[in-house]
Amino acid sequence: MNIVVFVKRVPDTESRIRIQHETRSVAEDGLNFVASPYDEFAVEEALRLKESKGGVVRVASVGRDEAVPVLRKCLAMGADEAVLIKDEAPESYDGLRTARIIARAVERRFAGADLLLFGKQAVGTDNGQVPSMVAELLGLPQANVVTKLEIEGGAGTALREVEGGTEKVVFSLPAVVSAQKGLNEPRYETLKGIMAAKKKDIPVVRLEDLGLAAGDLTPEVVVTGLDVPPQRQAGKVLRGDAAETARELAALLHAEAKVI
Amino acid sequence: MIAVFIETRDGKTKKSSLEALSEARRRAEELGIEAAALLVGGGTGASAAAVDVASFGPARVHLLENAALADYSAQGYAKAVADFVAVAHPSALFFAATAMGKDLAPRVAARLGVGLASDCTRVAVRDGKLEFTRPIYAGKALLSLTLASTPQVATLRPNVFPLGPAAPGPAPEAARMAVEIPDGFVKGRVAEVLKEASAEVDVTEADVVVSGGRGMKGPENFALLRELAAVFPRAAVGASRSAVDSGWIGHQHQVGQTGKTVSPNLYLAVGISGAIQHLAGMSSSKCIVAVNKDPEAPIFKVADYGIVGDLFEVIPKLKDELKKMIE
Repeated sequence: MNIVVFVKRVPDTESRIRIQHETRSVAEDGLNFVASPYDEFAVEEALRLKESKGGVVRVASVGRDEAVPVLRKCLAMGADEAVLIKDEAPESYDGLRTARIIARAVERRFAGADLLLFGKQAVGTDNGQVPSMVAELLGLPQANVVTKLEIEGGAGTALREVEGGTEKVVFSLPAVVSAQKGLNEPRYETLKGIMAAKKKDIPVVRLEDLGLAAGDLTPEVVVTGLDVPPQRQAGKVLRGDAAETARELAALLHAEAKVI
Repeated sequence: MIAVFIETRDGKTKKSSLEALSEARRRAEELGIEAAALLVGGGTGASAAAVDVASFGPARVHLLENAALADYSAQGYAKAVADFVAVAHPSALFFAATAMGKDLAPRVAARLGVGLASDCTRVAVRDGKLEFTRPIYAGKALLSLTLASTPQVATLRPNVFPLGPAAPGPAPEAARMAVEIPDGFVKGRVAEVLKEASAEVDVTEADVVVSGGRGMKGPENFALLRELAAVFPRAAVGASRSAVDSGWIGHQHQVGQTGKTVSPNLYLAVGISGAIQHLAGMSSSKCIVAVNKDPEAPIFKVADYGIVGDLFEVIPKLKDELKKMIE
């Protein structure tokens, strides 16, 4: 199995998001950056497939030099190689732009991959676009939001979450799969792994190396505003006897909030 | 034309697709153009649904057909929709941001070489174009954007856009279009749909979400929340990350930044302190109620109504009161 996992550096989920209004961007100072949580499930799944079937696990991230610690974490978990696809552009919220870069990288740098693994979405931009877009650009089948994955021979079976149930998706390899929470429990890095990862070279692939010119990546998304949502106000708080407060609440939901 | 992909399950149209169609009708009217419904399928199921949709006011209903499209496949469906776009040139294409819509829309957008606005909660008309607003960081921030190319493709979050009224007058006949799917084109497809045993409503689609957190103390106590949810017609049980990570309830119930983002009419947070990643996932609910014994819990800062008290005493009483009221 030749597996490539794509990971993204994102602010952790405990982050408070502040907006820089002049640049319509999220202020990065003071934020703690991590690998997007869903990407960790993807890395773990790749490592498990390698352990059961042999092969190689490579990890790549599209981004600035700041993504290197995330790649090192993946190496410490057990990935064989990590590659930075260097893109200096600020966050564009444009899934197609990222997908075009990744699809080209797969063709030029990761040719022969059997499986392209992603998190179901990057925590933050919350687009959930890139896996399907990469699959389409490369003409590959896709299974998204996957909670169980089995690969046998040249084919795969995946369970994916849908409203009120689960879909069983069958597909041939090569394929694109995106991971949902529940797929597995990601391992912690070992001290030995962390030490070994520190010594590993992380090759840098530039967009020019992939034959991509600026004009190929004209953003499709034009940001017209970025703001924090209006703060909710604390409402009525009831205290006292359980029966009385319950009765009072039911009455308020009916008469005042009109939700019942 | 604003074309809307209508999702069908077991020959029935999804409510969230009708919400997207309703929004398309409103924006199309503002732009002075038509709204159209697109159904994709391999035969009778989609045809039956077409009748259902037609009464919902689209100017046209298009049925994109091929026997190979009987089962959902992202590849096959994306080709069907993209082929329709090539013929009909809609200026915008809407999907409901359901499991299927989120799977399919990016594939369609990439096939057309255009951008996509995911999981939008607002669509406006600005200078003759659509402006989309969507939560990012699970709702900690709101991003507004326009799309440079045509069609402007967007997925619309379920439970956010109001259903429009059914249209009076004669419903349009469905126009059929045969889609060409070459042999071997579809390399992955849905082989089977396994229903959840309880056949519950998904938290993203429910009108009422009753969520439990660490204060529930154990998996057995979620029965209290299920009983409370059962009082409402379309309710679901949700959970905080700590309840899910403790193994008390499946992760498909998790609400928050590594779970689902919900916007029900009524969100009841029971024994949930209100960590920032949880608040992100439910702050767009129309009405929030918190029950917690800690008066300092951050959840009270966002709740419209709160009860400071022991949930094990309050919830059974609340269930009885709400039941009386609804009956």
